[in-house]
Amino acid sequence: MANDSIHNSEWEAVIGLEVHCQLMTHSKIFSGAAIQYGAEPNTQACAIDLALPGVLPVLNEDAVKKAVTFGLSVDAHIAARCVFARKHYFYPDLPKGYQISQYELPIVYLGHLDIELEDGRTKTIGITRAHLEEDAGKSLHENFSNATGIDLNRAGTPLIEIVSEPDIRSASEAVAYLKKLHQLVVYLGVCDGNMQEGSFRCDANVSVRKVGAPKFGTRTETKNVNSFRYVEKAIEYEITRQIEVIEGGGAIRQETRLFDPSTGETRAMRSKEDANDYRYFPDPDLLPVICTQDYIEAIRASLPELPEAKKLRFEKDFGLSPYDAKTLTSSRELATYYEAVVKDSGADPKLCANWVSTDLLAVLNKSGKDISDSPISAAALAGLLQRIVDKTISGKIAKEVFEAMVAGEGNADDIIKAKGLVQITDESAIVKAIEDVMAKSPEQVAGYRSGKDKLFGFFVGQVMKATQGKANPDAVNRLLKEKLLG
Amino acid sequence: MHTLSISQLADGLRARKFSARELTQHYLDRIAAHDPALNSYVTVTAEQALQQAAAADAALAAGNAGALSGIPLAQKDIFCTAGVRTACGSKMLDNFIAPYNATIVDKLQAEAPQGAGMVMLGKTNMDEFAMGSSNETSFYGPVKNPWDLQRVPGGSSGGSVAAVAAGLAPVATATDTGGSIRLPASLTILTGFKPTYGRVSRYGMIAFASSLDQAGVVARSAADAAYVLQAMSGFDPRDSTSVDRPVDDYGAALDAPIKGLKIGLPKEYFAEGLDAGARSCIEAAIKQLVALGASVHEVSLPSSPLSVPTYYVVAPAEASSNLARFDGVRYGHRAEGAKTLEELYKRSRGEGFGAEVQRRIMIGTYVLSHGYYDAYYLKAQKVRRLIYEDFKRAFESVDLVLGPTATGTAFKLGAKTDDPVAMYLNDIYTIAANLAGIPAMSLPCGFVDGLPVGMQLMGNFFDEARMLNVAHQYQQATDFHKQSPQGFK
Repeated sequence: MANDSIHNSEWEAVIGLEVHCQLMTHSKIFSGAAIQYGAEPNTQACAIDLALPGVLPVLNEDAVKKAVTFGLSVDAHIAARCVFARKHYFYPDLPKGYQISQYELPIVYLGHLDIELEDGRTKTIGITRAHLEEDAGKSLHENFSNATGIDLNRAGTPLIEIVSEPDIRSASEAVAYLKKLHQLVVYLGVCDGNMQEGSFRCDANVSVRKVGAPKFGTRTETKNVNSFRYVEKAIEYEITRQIEVIEGGGAIRQETRLFDPSTGETRAMRSKEDANDYRYFPDPDLLPVICTQDYIEAIRASLPELPEAKKLRFEKDFGLSPYDAKTLTSSRELATYYEAVVKDSGADPKLCANWVSTDLLAVLNKSGKDISDSPISAAALAGLLQRIVDKTISGKIAKEVFEAMVAGEGNADDIIKAKGLVQITDESAIVKAIEDVMAKSPEQVAGYRSGKDKLFGFFVGQVMKATQGKANPDAVNRLLKEKLLG
Repeated sequence: MHTLSISQLADGLRARKFSARELTQHYLDRIAAHDPALNSYVTVTAEQALQQAAAADAALAAGNAGALSGIPLAQKDIFCTAGVRTACGSKMLDNFIAPYNATIVDKLQAEAPQGAGMVMLGKTNMDEFAMGSSNETSFYGPVKNPWDLQRVPGGSSGGSVAAVAAGLAPVATATDTGGSIRLPASLTILTGFKPTYGRVSRYGMIAFASSLDQAGVVARSAADAAYVLQAMSGFDPRDSTSVDRPVDDYGAALDAPIKGLKIGLPKEYFAEGLDAGARSCIEAAIKQLVALGASVHEVSLPSSPLSVPTYYVVAPAEASSNLARFDGVRYGHRAEGAKTLEELYKRSRGEGFGAEVQRRIMIGTYVLSHGYYDAYYLKAQKVRRLIYEDFKRAFESVDLVLGPTATGTAFKLGAKTDDPVAMYLNDIYTIAANLAGIPAMSLPCGFVDGLPVGMQLMGNFFDEARMLNVAHQYQQATDFHKQSPQGFK
């Protein structure tokens, strides 16, 4: 199947995403049980999570606060009054036989998120709503023969389900939206963003129509696509599949599909006819949640600087390119690290940007580490850059010191001292090295003097080699020119 | 000892006329002797009761006992009790032992000063999941009315009323979703009190219809009810629908004169359908209240004829949801040999639930289903609002509303079991208070053919103290509540 059949055709995809985002609260949304990932099965499930008879839910206020925080960050409305509803279906990992969610009156509605397209344009994706709900437990089919294990540790974990408008038109737009959303919720401290652990999960609603058609086509919902790459593959597969079905004279069935990462295909899970009638009704065990204007404003006042604002500030205050500013604000921790390096080193912010976004990130990527467990602290990197600023070492030598720091050999000053890397600024020593090089290379001297300017680099290289790179490059350049001109 | 009031028991314990252990043993002996005829207890916790009584005796001796320390009570088997089976009248929970106490169990039974230090004699029989008006839907068999063993005691708190009326407990807890405290109290000569919704915690009380369920008490007098209700009431952070508001001193309010009290008589409650004998008892009671200084005024609750149909949409809807957790997966009845998940669900629930519970789950599922929600559930919620507004309007001109509790006296066992609608109409006078959330009580006001008749008082939100005061003043002038059934004296 050609993944790009959508291109150069008269078809258009219409995509809406539903993202389930686990909130970083200390305890569950309706009970006091902890929500640490990876605990022994059923050790983080109390009587309320187990839905024993007679127990009642009590709302975790921090979950409300985090939902409001998210809502404000996407410029959404915060409902003055929102209501929890019961969504009924029977499944062994849903202990109450219903999930407490929100239906008619969600806490957050009508917001938007701007994404950058590949061609550099900005596109606004509408956010229909974000509602609070509890996660279900997990059914474990492995490790059991003829039986299924139930782990209710996850049951009751607070979620917000973020529903986008069907504004997305391609798989790459979907990924751009998801990445932006992911960055945002992590920035806000609302979600840890760990996709492997299921903290940030996506369902994709996809339909296709002829360009200019007034109505949407029939859509399918592909469930639980849990990496950016899978989302892209699943949507591309689904678009191509739907076009082929329709062009082959068939019709799309409204159904839920499952993405299989091993084949890169989606397959039908259940049709609309088999869908549950969830029998939503307001949960009589919980009161409506009232968010006063004062409450909302207090949360607004405590919002961190958002990625977009931070990026613009980095461009303006530090003179960074949009590309560098975007890289350095890709996570809150990285931006904080960069700002600390600038402040502590007193070096040119652009120089700092190069070191952080090129050298440091290369090291982190290579070792698969995050900025939070960087082998070099912001203060240590600043210490290195200070030695460039005060001309103790050259930029080139600094790379060598940096490697040694990565290898754990100590701070910049210790390494410079131990390895004798202090830059030679004594001009007589440099002149001596130049004269030695010129004496050994009479042909090149003659060549240069006859107009082969390119040979200048040869001399720089030889002088640096003779001084083990420690010669001050500016002085080398200046003195070489004097000597070569004779 | 079993004819003494709660305050007489408390005095007796303090004066060392008898110990809590002796008192408890006396009730345990009576249960052993009389309950086989009544079937009012499903579990008797003799050993635990004697331990609790010993602890109360120690507290009394040490001088740190509470007002109710050492006084026995029976708990309706809808309240979870740690370590003691809580079956809720159902095969589904025949093997269920909760690892925790309901809030009211802690409040009543923990030692003073954390709790009231009362002694639990056992758990009382009830309609399955509190769904019933005659106590005939219990998995543990029907309860008999001590006034006539051929008759029902009313439901769903049938075990609690039979036990108290027969002197097998001085007082008992009960719950009321549509009349399950008041109706059985009226059929057994007891004083039954359903407080304002939110006054008593629902935590650990197995849910039937969450927006209607309220725990309360059945007792032999308004005074007895007042003391126990006082100990049960109050805000509970574990129940989001409980109300954070101080509890009035019900005992202190009992003795106030009721001169100037304005009583409303809703004309809809005295229309067709009320038994003539019951009507004349209630009319005599009204005269008595007037003699005590009250005035009576006709009021109208125009939406009250809609109470029963509204209730039978709202209550089953919530029940169908609340009972979804009984799936045979984690606890409770699990069908044997099920081959698929669906079969496990269908058979566990089919075998575990009785006919009336299944009927209400089906009604509730239907009214919440797609395409019917607006026509049934949403419409019922709107009518519920109208019913609430009827009362709100009435309480602008009167202090209390008075009417019958039941259409008549206790009926024969089996008389209505084949006709669910006739059974549902037993609650015609009691349901409105649950839908509105207001406090309501039943107290005895006479006999027809040797069977007790009750009248109902309904009050404004959180007006429990005044209602208990009025009932107590009436009981000071009458002695219906002091009568006890032959054979259980």
